[in-house]
Amino acid sequence: MYLWFNKLGSPPHFYRIAGKWMPWLASIFLVLLLTGLYGGLVLAPPDYQQGDSYRIIFIHVPSAWMSLFIYVVMAFCGVVTVVWRMKLAEVILISSAPIGASFTFLALVTGSLWGKPMWGTWWVWDARLTSELILLFLYLGVIGLHGAIEDKRVAARAVAILAIVGVVNIPIIHYSVEWWNSLHQGPTVTKFDKPSIHWSMLLPLLLMALAFQVYYVLALFQRCRAELLLRERNSKWVQELSGE
Amino acid sequence: MNRLSLSQAFIYLLRRDLTLAVRNRAEFANPLLFFILVITLFPLAVGAVPELLARIAPGIIWVAALLAAMLSLDSIFRSDFDDGSLEQLLMSAHPMPVLVLAKVAAHWLVTGIPLLLVSPLLAEMLGMPQAAQGILLLTILIGTPILSLVGSIGVALTVGLPKGGIILSLLVLPLYVPVLIFASGAIEGAAGGLDVSAQIYMLLAFLFLSISLSPLATAAALRMSMS
Amino acid sequence: MSEPVLLQIENLACIRDDTVLFEHLNLSLAEGQMLLVEGSNGSGKTSLLRILTGLKMADEGNVYWRGKAIDQLAGEYYEQVGYVGHHDGIKRGLTCLENLRLVQAMGKPTELDLDTVLDRVNLYRYGDTLVASLSAGQKRRLALARLIVTESLLWILDEPFTSLDKKSMGYFESLFAQHLQQQGIIVMTSHHDISMLGCDLQRLNLST
Repeated sequence: MYLWFNKLGSPPHFYRIAGKWMPWLASIFLVLLLTGLYGGLVLAPPDYQQGDSYRIIFIHVPSAWMSLFIYVVMAFCGVVTVVWRMKLAEVILISSAPIGASFTFLALVTGSLWGKPMWGTWWVWDARLTSELILLFLYLGVIGLHGAIEDKRVAARAVAILAIVGVVNIPIIHYSVEWWNSLHQGPTVTKFDKPSIHWSMLLPLLLMALAFQVYYVLALFQRCRAELLLRERNSKWVQELSGE
Repeated sequence: MNRLSLSQAFIYLLRRDLTLAVRNRAEFANPLLFFILVITLFPLAVGAVPELLARIAPGIIWVAALLAAMLSLDSIFRSDFDDGSLEQLLMSAHPMPVLVLAKVAAHWLVTGIPLLLVSPLLAEMLGMPQAAQGILLLTILIGTPILSLVGSIGVALTVGLPKGGIILSLLVLPLYVPVLIFASGAIEGAAGGLDVSAQIYMLLAFLFLSISLSPLATAAALRMSMS
Repeated sequence: MSEPVLLQIENLACIRDDTVLFEHLNLSLAEGQMLLVEGSNGSGKTSLLRILTGLKMADEGNVYWRGKAIDQLAGEYYEQVGYVGHHDGIKRGLTCLENLRLVQAMGKPTELDLDTVLDRVNLYRYGDTLVASLSAGQKRRLALARLIVTESLLWILDEPFTSLDKKSMGYFESLFAQHLQQQGIIVMTSHHDISMLGCDLQRLNLST
């Protein structure tokens, strides 16, 4: 098991594989994105209450999903970093943070844009938006801590611990905020009724979610490759690479 | 001679930190003064309207408690880090999470208890209803140890950094959100005459969770900070 | 070597930023042996010592104590290690006696009476004095006294003689020699000439 991990996790190996995959991922992403957008913006019927403004969910919801998903990936890499001290896990953890933060930010901005026609204001202290805002702070904490520690291997361990602590706290924070919201605002404004969503809306939504996933992997590979080159700039394989 | 049992070592370290705190009283006084000062600022900022103050009192007190706790966190490990005692503790024959728990307990006794003692006075000054004051004390009693425990992870991660204090707030404050919500929610509920046992149980659950998990994270983070 | 090997270093490497401080480092220390780590500033002496204490992670390789990796031994290892680093590890706000008692509480105490220990390091009259009012040399002596209040076999000493005068140095040298005679092990760095110890000495120069 350990050896297998090491083989897959060996930086030059990963660098090569990731490089091979990237064009493929990019084309899959484009196909998914375009069909998803076409389905969502053109084919899906307007909502009988919200008209066309609901269409922002095709960006908002997948972003929100990704923001959580990426944090979980980071925490998983955190465990691998702490237990097996695997370099690749460190790199994935660090490289994921800015991507996750961007998705979180995107979810916040689209949520706020959507709020304007729906609630007549740019920001409401809705449970989901508030949790998302706190999640953004958690991401910024990870990025900030990594930036503050000079020795990058030490920084990776610090960030790994923080990500694990964060992932334990996310559900707690989420439910606290939900409880707080129900206390102060009465029933929350449900964004859309999941069971009754029509397949013509659901399908583009899922396509977009898939597109975002692929985009995450693509962006992750890009960042990981850069990070690996930076970290291993003195190792033989990087020097051979740049010598060519 | 045999080495001390774990509980003896725990008590020994706790007493050592309390002795140090007694000899250096600023450690008690500063966070407490800060707490009182922040609360004094609110009536000045929002106007001394009794109804308004009474309504936002739980929030004010708990936000001030959060900030005061955060300000005091640095003292858990700072001096031990600077004089090399921390590396000696990490090289102790006893398991580090237990020693961490002793240090955090000492920190809470030094910073949390004064907050507890002074908060009835502040609640009275803000005009908090009598019914809520008991619950306020209860939330502070249960909530402040959580702040110390969770905060210790943040300090442990940043103690080696030259400007750790700035990043510490970014790391720790989001994690304090659940405590803030349930503690001020409980006080508000009690002021409105509601049954708040659910909130109190939630806080207790957080307390037990943080007692059992945070020393592990803190010990790991300290090891990281020393390397 | 007839004595049993206690401490073993295997293929150890340490990298700081871009420079390899040392790599492929192998050596073993048996009972009663001493390792003197030499090298210019920044050659990785302190790093090596800190790896041996388990405080720092090696970039490669392992350290074994009685045949077991030290990161798996944890408390069992630390019970037998005494470390005096750059920092004294002494609390200024406590008295000398309080400091030593704490050291004992954290490790495996010896039978020695603490007053006797203080007497040995020439701090007898200072038992109840706050460390804050001691001089740097006195503090260093107290830090070194930590080594003899617990039953540690392996002493890891980073520049132990800093701020000590000739007389104290001589005293600690004989203390070290005694420790080696009692089957102890010492790993240390020092800018001072310690050849007079006349013991089973290994030298490791990290600069080359």
